[in-house]
Amino acid sequence: MVAEGIAKRFGRRWALRGASFRAEPGSVQAVMGPNGSGKTTLLRIVSTSLRPTRGSGFIFGHDLLRDADLIRGDVGVLYHAAGVYGDLTARENLEFARRMWGGAVAASVDAALERVGLTHAAADRAAGFSSGMTRRLALARLIMRPPRLLLLDEPYASFDAAGIELVHEIVRETAARDGIVLISTHDAERSAVVVDGVLRLKDGRVVPEEAPGLDPVRLAVEGAL
Amino acid sequence: MSVRSEAGRVAAVAWKDLTAERRSKANFNAVLFLAALMLLMFGFALGPDTATLRTAAAGIVWLTVLFSGTLAFHRSYQVELERGALETLLLYPGGRSSIFLGKLLANLAFVLLVEAVLIPLATVLYDVPVGRVTWMLAVVVFLGTFGFVTLGTFYASMASRSRAREVLLPLLLFPMLVPVLVAAVEATAALLGGDLMAESGRWVRLLVAFDVIFLGAAIVAFGAVIEE
Repeated sequence: MVAEGIAKRFGRRWALRGASFRAEPGSVQAVMGPNGSGKTTLLRIVSTSLRPTRGSGFIFGHDLLRDADLIRGDVGVLYHAAGVYGDLTARENLEFARRMWGGAVAASVDAALERVGLTHAAADRAAGFSSGMTRRLALARLIMRPPRLLLLDEPYASFDAAGIELVHEIVRETAARDGIVLISTHDAERSAVVVDGVLRLKDGRVVPEEAPGLDPVRLAVEGAL
Repeated sequence: MSVRSEAGRVAAVAWKDLTAERRSKANFNAVLFLAALMLLMFGFALGPDTATLRTAAAGIVWLTVLFSGTLAFHRSYQVELERGALETLLLYPGGRSSIFLGKLLANLAFVLLVEAVLIPLATVLYDVPVGRVTWMLAVVVFLGTFGFVTLGTFYASMASRSRAREVLLPLLLFPMLVPVLVAAVEATAALLGGDLMAESGRWVRLLVAFDVIFLGAAIVAFGAVIEE
């Protein structure tokens, strides 16, 4: 993945002012920075949900602007809002996802529900789920169709220890398949066990790493300061 | 993307919207109640004269469908915004037009269901005999509803990103609906009046033309409109 001078303006405010970075297949990058530094906007642009105001990029050989339709099929996301339908049951939510993918899934609905620990709630409406259960349901989507580009925005929110371990398993599996993972997080300590690089944002720009192999925990602490 | 997989996505979106609506029923009950109330209020406003009520019936029914149906379009996109589902929906592979067509089908089924209760109620309240023209009337109702729902689904997607979407949707939608409304009311009135001048055929052809043009334009423009 290569991004060159990615900038995004919302009205009169620039959320990103020219972010440039590379991410190699098989790598897990933590995207860190203070609130308002452009982390979520960067993830949404890379996912093709948002078009950048300026800049360009290539993901798995596809142009970020011209080939968004091709990139989209390789993307899996876990945002703070889980993107599930409250009036559908857990099983129906996953069944809907399966049908939208044209039936091309690596794991069945039941297998995905079992792995995220929601088998007992398969027939329950998602509106009655706790925040952690809702996000587990979103994780089940990632298990059903493992993405090549995995984008996680504050993935540790609402999860218990088992949920966090599940997130890490999915991250490791994606990297092992030569996929790319970007994790936007403030929790440097938790993410340190899976990340192998840090993309630090400040005021909408990527701050260059001072030296290769920097400890992400230290970088995050510096960013917070 | 194959036509078969796109058709599968259209069916999936329609199934998802209708299943969610069937579960909650909140929207259907609200729309039906509002529509029935409007029919009664128009009746009170026009007075007890049967001839006046019959003359105005076509316009009243279509206006009632238009005002009450607009609520359905709001709900159609509200469910996508509640838990960030729209972002996930837009990341599925395939054309954006399948999302539009799926929502169009679901909204069409919804409004036709409301009309299935509303129109018989109107024929009783306004004492309008429809026996001889029932099937032709059904064709007019379907064509008029299709044009209305096509534009409503499209403009609701445009308004859904706005904070003032409840106000914005009627402002965008109603002016664009004038041709469909005029054609649907004229065709319905001609049929209810016995169609002595054989006018309904012209209006029906016009409705078909509007439906085709609006559907084509909405499919082309939807991708740009739904993206932030």
